[in-house]
Amino acid sequence: MAEPSPARPLVRLLAWVDERFPLSETFEYHASKYHAPKNFNFWYYFGVLALVILVMQLLTGLWLTMSYVPSGEGAFASVEYIMRDVEYGDIIRLAHSTGASAFFAVIYLHMFRALAYGSYRKPRELLWLIGMAIFLVMMAEGFFGYLLPWGNMSYWAGQVIVSLVGAVPFVGEELMTWVRGDFGISDITLNRFFALHVVALPIALIGLVFVHIVALHHVGSNNPDGVEIKANKDDNGIPLDSIPFHPYYTVHDFQATVAFLIVFCAILFFVPEMFGYFLEKPNFEQADPLKTPDLIVPVWYYTPFYSMLRATTFPLFGVAAKFWGLVVMGAAVMMPAVLPWLDRSPVKSIRYKGLISKFMLALLVVSFFILGYLGTIHATPLTTGIAQIGTLIYFAYFILMPWYTRIEKTKTPPERLT
Amino acid sequence: MTRVALLGAGVACVLAWGAGGAESSVELEPMEPNLRDLPSLQRGMTLYVNYCLGCHSLKFQRYERTADDLGIPHDVALANLVFPGRARAEGRDGPAIGDLMHTAMPPERAQQWFGKPPPDLTMVDRVRGTAWVYNMLKNFYVDPKRDFGFNNRVYENIGMPHVLVGLQGVPRLKETGLKAVDILDGKDGLLRKRDGGEFVTSVTASDEVGGEDPVIRGKRYVLEVDPGTAAMSPEEFDQAAYDIANFLHYVGDPGRLDRQRLGLWVLGFLVGLFVLATLLNREYWKDVH
Amino acid sequence: MSKRREEADATSKGRRKFLIGMTSAASTVGAIGAAVPFVKSWTPSAKARSAGAPKKADIARVGPGELLSPIPSWRGKPVFVVRRTPEDVERLATENPELADPESEDLARQPAYARNAWRSRSPELGVYVGICTHLGCSPKYFGEAKPEDFASDWEGGFYCPCHASRFDLAGRVVKGVPAPDNLEVPPYSYLSDTEIIIGVDEDTVAAAGGDVHLAAQPGEDPEEIA
Repeated sequence: MAEPSPARPLVRLLAWVDERFPLSETFEYHASKYHAPKNFNFWYYFGVLALVILVMQLLTGLWLTMSYVPSGEGAFASVEYIMRDVEYGDIIRLAHSTGASAFFAVIYLHMFRALAYGSYRKPRELLWLIGMAIFLVMMAEGFFGYLLPWGNMSYWAGQVIVSLVGAVPFVGEELMTWVRGDFGISDITLNRFFALHVVALPIALIGLVFVHIVALHHVGSNNPDGVEIKANKDDNGIPLDSIPFHPYYTVHDFQATVAFLIVFCAILFFVPEMFGYFLEKPNFEQADPLKTPDLIVPVWYYTPFYSMLRATTFPLFGVAAKFWGLVVMGAAVMMPAVLPWLDRSPVKSIRYKGLISKFMLALLVVSFFILGYLGTIHATPLTTGIAQIGTLIYFAYFILMPWYTRIEKTKTPPERLT
Repeated sequence: MTRVALLGAGVACVLAWGAGGAESSVELEPMEPNLRDLPSLQRGMTLYVNYCLGCHSLKFQRYERTADDLGIPHDVALANLVFPGRARAEGRDGPAIGDLMHTAMPPERAQQWFGKPPPDLTMVDRVRGTAWVYNMLKNFYVDPKRDFGFNNRVYENIGMPHVLVGLQGVPRLKETGLKAVDILDGKDGLLRKRDGGEFVTSVTASDEVGGEDPVIRGKRYVLEVDPGTAAMSPEEFDQAAYDIANFLHYVGDPGRLDRQRLGLWVLGFLVGLFVLATLLNREYWKDVH
Repeated sequence: MSKRREEADATSKGRRKFLIGMTSAASTVGAIGAAVPFVKSWTPSAKARSAGAPKKADIARVGPGELLSPIPSWRGKPVFVVRRTPEDVERLATENPELADPESEDLARQPAYARNAWRSRSPELGVYVGICTHLGCSPKYFGEAKPEDFASDWEGGFYCPCHASRFDLAGRVVKGVPAPDNLEVPPYSYLSDTEIIIGVDEDTVAAAGGDVHLAAQPGEDPEEIA
């Protein structure tokens, strides 16, 4: 008879659960026996950070909903009520607003990683498309959420973005009214945006993130070399260049999460407004349908796309520029989705791609930053010109990709990971 | 790879910097609020309550929290600082320390007197900035053309009287000659540039000398207070304006200092946790390297 | 495996265990710390506390045998202020075997100064939270001693329509009804002969804004400016 050990009841409980639910199996599949390439670098932190932020946003958002009043009369006051009267309300609220910016920052870095290392390429096309869907839902989530404080910038940014719908030919005007549920942005609009922001889109987001991870763990992670580790396996069928996700990447990601939290908390506790980039000044004034702020700018994470919208200043084929602005902006957001079919390079990673690819990627980053900055300031003829060039560069990266990835000279990637 | 990204980001920053337009309006005298200066905040609250709260509510802020944060005992606050506000309108027999800082002025009356109800100022500091509030308080001047007899160099055509006139004295604009200036605010052909203690306002002449560098000359004005009308010396009045602006800075976001105190603890803890996480990570990754 | 390697592994194992323990402990502390704002944010906010601030009540308006009307509310709960007749006062002081807790043994139900036969500061004026101790309905006042539908020998008191609990004029619960305890006596104090303040014990009156008359400095009296 075996000696009774203290762990024994736990072991038996686990066995009992495992018979009824694949608990150990799931843990092994996704963590302890998930074989990840051993050469993940800095850029591979952002997926897990996005997950951490998602959880934080869900928690702080849930708590904000408890004190927020979704009505034209109550919304603004209830946010100030949270900031002043609710115990720790200011921290929860600022964590949510800072979290929104952090979410986009992390997602942009995550997407940049995919662009650089070719993470969108076969067999990860679907993984990439799911990711693009997440990005779209996040854009909508952020937009709807931005209206909720019912500040003057909330109101007018909402007004401007909803007016974009009006650019759709023939039905634009009706569509716009339908979206708002009123003849202008009103608390009817506020109420439906609230419902979308706190119920519909979070559910969609959770579902998509779940599917994203399932797809990732099915195909396996890419790596900075862009070499498939599954090509070289040992006798047990385990990729030679892999290490189990748990414990190696769990401790790795834990460290990164703490580092991220340090930055996050430094912003949250000391500069929550981030000099007007995270919380904008006009938004400390209640929504006023009769008074437009001097400068309407979306929050920083939309400004690159907003710049492209503003840069589209000429009509085409007899259709107004407003419509083409909408098309350009939509296309810019959706463009990365087709990357798996644009990239014709024999190699995945930027490390082994040719000079043109490196140059184009750097140019893309530069134009994205410039467009982002231009979106936060008044448009002048000069800035509009720069924004137009930036827009062209942005699209060139994608549209010219089938051409430049084929003609450039690439290096031969190694057989195994470096 | 990282280098590509860093290069991109660097170039972008430089270019972005260059593309920024020159933003010019009124040049404000700098003013740094100090939330740790409790006497200043207390004086600011007293001044605000006595001179401003009659018209401008702070309707999101409560007396109780303000008194607590500013170190004012509740009984002292209740006796000296708490307005009846909405107490009577709400059928209560008197104000309470937990009340929001409403005005007692009925909104219909306000409409009648001022054309529109005077705005709530809870967050004027966050919308306009502390320095703006400070400068605005100091830049009223007599202007018979205005309904209330005063105009303001920071907030043009302001629709209110100069309530601090008893403290500051009657301020008048006095022309002190012409001065060459270099920036023209194109908005209305007026230049409002602060230059030392002077304000240069309307442009009178340009291109006197001719040639390649036209000289723009503006009329120089200084504010002068009528003798014998002020209850405060100019320094005392500056301090009073500072105190009110400082108080409004506090009211704009009363949680600032508390958050910063807590933030230090949180960051300290996280740094400690980061050390542990680093050690743990290194220990496991020995296997791989 | 060489002996040396085994030793190295053993120290490494110990070190790992130690680091995991430390990190887990620190993370737990962090998680608890992070939970604090979320837990604390459920406590009554400044708004709720303001609404729950002490309330004054004018007791000159309530005659003998009457209940103060309109019923004042304190912290969102009705407060029964009842002026008893001399007969009521006398009757309450005599022993009544039907009461569950005639001596107010349950100390949490009233402040110390209300631990007497009338459960009040003065015998004629009673102040009770009008919430039945059974399931939170508000009892009704039946002040007169006369037969009622629910009790033929009614001597005056409170009757809860929800589940037929009965209380006497001092808020003491009758035996054999669903309610387990006497009605709660809120903290209250006399501001004058005609005014009480609910929610304040005497010693804290000053701080809560009862009897404060500090000399206002000239020009600083808010009333003057208003």
